[in-house]
Parts: sequence; C-alpha cells; structure tokens
Amino acid sequence: MAGLRTETMTVNMGPQHPSTHGVLRLVLELDGETVVKADSTIGYLHTGIEKTAEQKKWQQVIPLVERMDYIGAQSNSLAYVLSVEKLLGLEMPQRVRDIRVLLAELQRLSSHIFWIGTHAMEIGAVSMLFYALRERELLLNINELIAGFRFFPSYMRVGGLREDLPRGFHDTVNAFLERIPGKIDEFEGLLTKNDMFTRRTQDVGVITRDEALTWGLVGPIARAAGSDYDVRKYFPYCGYETYDFNVPTASEGDVFARYRVRMAEMRESVKIAKQAIGRISPTGAWGCDDPRVVPPPKDKVYTEMEALIQHFLIYSQGFTVPAGEAFVPVEGPRGEHGVYIVSDGTNRPWRVKMRAPSLLACQALPTLIEGGMIADIIAVIGSLDVVMGDCDR
Amino acid sequence: MDAAAVIDALTRLVPGATYEAAPSVDFTTVYTSAAGFDETCRVLRDAPELAFDVLIEVTAADYFPRAPRFEVVYHLLSTRNRARLRVKVRAGAADTVPTVYGVWRSAGWLEREVYDMFGIVFDGHPDLRRLLMPDDWEGHPARKDYPVQIRKDAQTYAPLEITEEEFRANLERDRVGRTKH
Repeated sequence: MAGLRTETMTVNMGPQHPSTHGVLRLVLELDGETVVKADSTIGYLHTGIEKTAEQKKWQQVIPLVERMDYIGAQSNSLAYVLSVEKLLGLEMPQRVRDIRVLLAELQRLSSHIFWIGTHAMEIGAVSMLFYALRERELLLNINELIAGFRFFPSYMRVGGLREDLPRGFHDTVNAFLERIPGKIDEFEGLLTKNDMFTRRTQDVGVITRDEALTWGLVGPIARAAGSDYDVRKYFPYCGYETYDFNVPTASEGDVFARYRVRMAEMRESVKIAKQAIGRISPTGAWGCDDPRVVPPPKDKVYTEMEALIQHFLIYSQGFTVPAGEAFVPVEGPRGEHGVYIVSDGTNRPWRVKMRAPSLLACQALPTLIEGGMIADIIAVIGSLDVVMGDCDR
Repeated sequence: MDAAAVIDALTRLVPGATYEAAPSVDFTTVYTSAAGFDETCRVLRDAPELAFDVLIEVTAADYFPRAPRFEVVYHLLSTRNRARLRVKVRAGAADTVPTVYGVWRSAGWLEREVYDMFGIVFDGHPDLRRLLMPDDWEGHPARKDYPVQIRKDAQTYAPLEITEEEFRANLERDRVGRTKH
C-alpha cells in the first residue's frame, strides 16, 4: 500500500444528532476512524434567558433559571435563591433548609438516573433507558405532588418555599428511597461488569486532575480524575455540614471512572435524602418571617389592613434587594452551579449570570476526543453529561 | 483570607499593578488594574499562599451610563486553601482587557462569551469569535443600551447559482480529481 495518497475527511456531527444531547455541533477532521481534530460549536439553544431575567422581578426569575439546566432544574433555582437571600441577608428556618437539601438530592438523583439511561443507551445498552426512566418517573411524580408541575416545579422561592409540603409527601418520598437502592444495584448489575460496556468506556476520554481543574470542570468530572472538591464539603450551604455522607472519587479520569463516581454519588444522595426526610416534620414553617419578602398568612390578609397592604405590595411591585453582588455556588448534578447576581437596589435584577458547567464541558470536549476513535465520541459526550440548555442559556 | 491580605501579597509580588478592596457580602473582592493583569493572575495561581487553581467564571456587568461602563468579573477558587476570590477589572467601551487564557484554560470560551454579549475585547485571546450568537449578528445583546425586543427582518443570502455547464464542469473536475492517484 506504499505510495497510496491519503487525505483527511471533514465530517459534521450534529446539531441534529440524537446522541449529542440536544444541539451540540461538532466539526470533526477524520483520518479513517481516528479523530485528528475536533471543534465544538454551540449556541443553537441560546434564548437570552439572562437578558430576559433583567426585565423580571426578583421572584419571577425563578422559573427562568429552572429552564436553563432542564435536567437539574431545582439545583439552578436553589443557587439563585441562595444568592438573592445572601444579598437580602435572610436566614432560613432549619426546616426550610432541610427541605431544600432533600429536594436538591432528589434532583441530583433524577439527573443522574436520566444520565445513566441516556449514556448507556448511546453506548448500546438500549434497555437501560427504559429501566432508568421508570425510576425517574417516580421523582417527577414527587415534583408533581409538591408543585403540580413535573419538570420545573418553581418550588424554591426567595424567602423559603412556595407553600408547605403536601399531605402524603413523607410516605411518597420514603417509598421512593426504600425502592431506589435496589434499582441502583440493578443498574450496576447490568453495566459495571458488562464486558461490552467496560470495553467501550475504560481508557477512553482520559483527563488528568490538573487538566480538569484548569478547564474548570469541577464536579463529577474532576472527582473522577482524583480531585475531592465538592461544594457541599468545601463551602457547605443549607446545613450540609450536619449530614453524614462521603464524596466518591476515582483516579483514572476516563469514561468508566466518571460512571463509577456518578453511581456512587447516587447512593450518597439516597443517604443524605434519608437523613433529611427524617428531620423534616410534616407541617411547620415553609418560609422565613421577613415581611419584606414573604407574604403574610392568608387569614391575616382577610382580617388585617396592614397584612392586606403588604400582600398587595409583594405581589404587585415585588421586593427590593440591597445594591451589591453575590455568588453562592451549590453542588449541582453536573458540577458547581452558581448564579452571579448584581442588584442596583431596585425590585428587578441588574444582572443575572448562571455559571454553566456544561459550557465548560463542551469547551474541553475536543481535548478529550482528539486522537481517539470516532465511536468513542459518543461515550465521551455522554460521560460529560452536558445539557445544552445549560450550555447555551 | 480577607481583601487586605490578598492585596498585601499581590503588591509584594506584582510591581506596577494597583489594587483596591471592594465591599462584598459573600467572599473577598478585589479591584485590579488592567495593567499587569496577566502577571497578577499568574501570581494568583502560582503563589502558595494564594494558589487559586480554578477559574470558576468570567463574566461582566454593564453599568451604562456610568463611566467606565463595564466591570469584568473573575471568580476564582483555590481547592488547596479552600478559598474563593472575586477579581474585578473596570473597562470603558473602548478599553481592552488582557486575556487569562494562558493562566487558566477555562477562560477561552468564558471570555468569548463576554466578548459576544458585551463587546469587550480580550487582548491576546487566541480565538476571539462570537460564541452563542450567530457570526453575522449585529451588536452585543447583554449591553444595557441593546433593546430587549426588536423586530428584525430575517437575514437572507443570495442563493448559490451556477449554470448547467459549470455544474457539469465541476462534476468532471471532481471525477478526474478522485481518480488521479
């Protein structure tokens, strides 16, 4: 075959490709089946949420930020309300903090369950998708129970929660938490020692700890490469320091390591959620008692003039937030989520900026796939767990 | 680590740059000058008492009509010292800010997004193109003087037109090209 003229081929992958998790577009330069060069292009899902948020009142931004990372919705709204409450200087009652922890962990479970379903399906284990979505359905039912809305509950509010927990909440959550560890065993039984799965994932898309940190991939990706950084341990919020849990890590930094870390994280989330549901009383405070932000109880609105005025003001003009800036990160399903907010002292935000873990993952994607095989691209994208709504905002 | 300690360490290690503490409610915030900014960032990453190894976020805020109108905001994280730091650089509409891509790789797209949304130019950035908006978009949407809702005619381009002879000639050229070796 000596003297045969060869040339590379440019292939466009996406943005309408089923395994690019939405609308990620990759321009690949291929030498046979080897990826010589890759260039990721994003922006197909940009909807200007941050610009829109500047026109809304503080409380009205919550449904918008939930639509950014649509697989981990309540993690976004938690980051947003914590930032606004930081500027307002509000302290939440213990019960609200525990409910927020519980919802954040259920959201992480929901996101990871969806991830294992799609990731395994893309690698070829199609039935995993159905097993995973069956369990996620139960989590969506919990969302429906608390807020009447399955994907974007908007249940987190500045100043607490939207309303008290519904009847039957504890039973539903406890039933789910009893059921899910066995299902995680089932998922792992299907995949962890599956020869096809391990061969597709081991030594693929390797990233070192230092590379992961310089690319800003803090979260499950860096933890699979040996970092132990987890916002819940390093900068605890909502009382995470009072919960007993571990931060799973791995050192290989490949697709399989990221799989193992996320599976172990699901078990830790169950552990935290079990502790949280045990601390939450069925009824009690669901907001702080700051009258600037939280409307007065309904019986007072009907009987007292001041309460009626306060209620009217909160729902017509909203509340003002002291001028300043705040950034309170939380550990989201995809890594560090945080909303940088700037207030000019009025009832509308001056600037809202979401830290998008998926944007940084898409940025680092070419370094992970260059030099590998074209079939590995699918495994790597899946293991980074990118959500294009989060990436493009 | 409070702002005074950070400024102390930086003024000792970086000559020629100026620093100023800023009020904050969450974590230490420091204003710095665009002059000597890349050296400042290198020291922030490498000096053992600072050791900010992760650039979490680069963003900007537009304070139009105040001058200088922009503040470029960098959020840093030190996994070794368990510390966070916010560094801010003021920039006018015509000013440029040095890129920090050489210090933290994550700055690449984050700075592109700031350029795309605010039109702030990062000096020395290897690939400063639009990131989220289409390449032929006019204006920078996150600026305060950019309208929220505008009506714009859809941008269209003249269709690619070639004659039948040109088409056949192209086919012929390609066929010859492929069988040459």
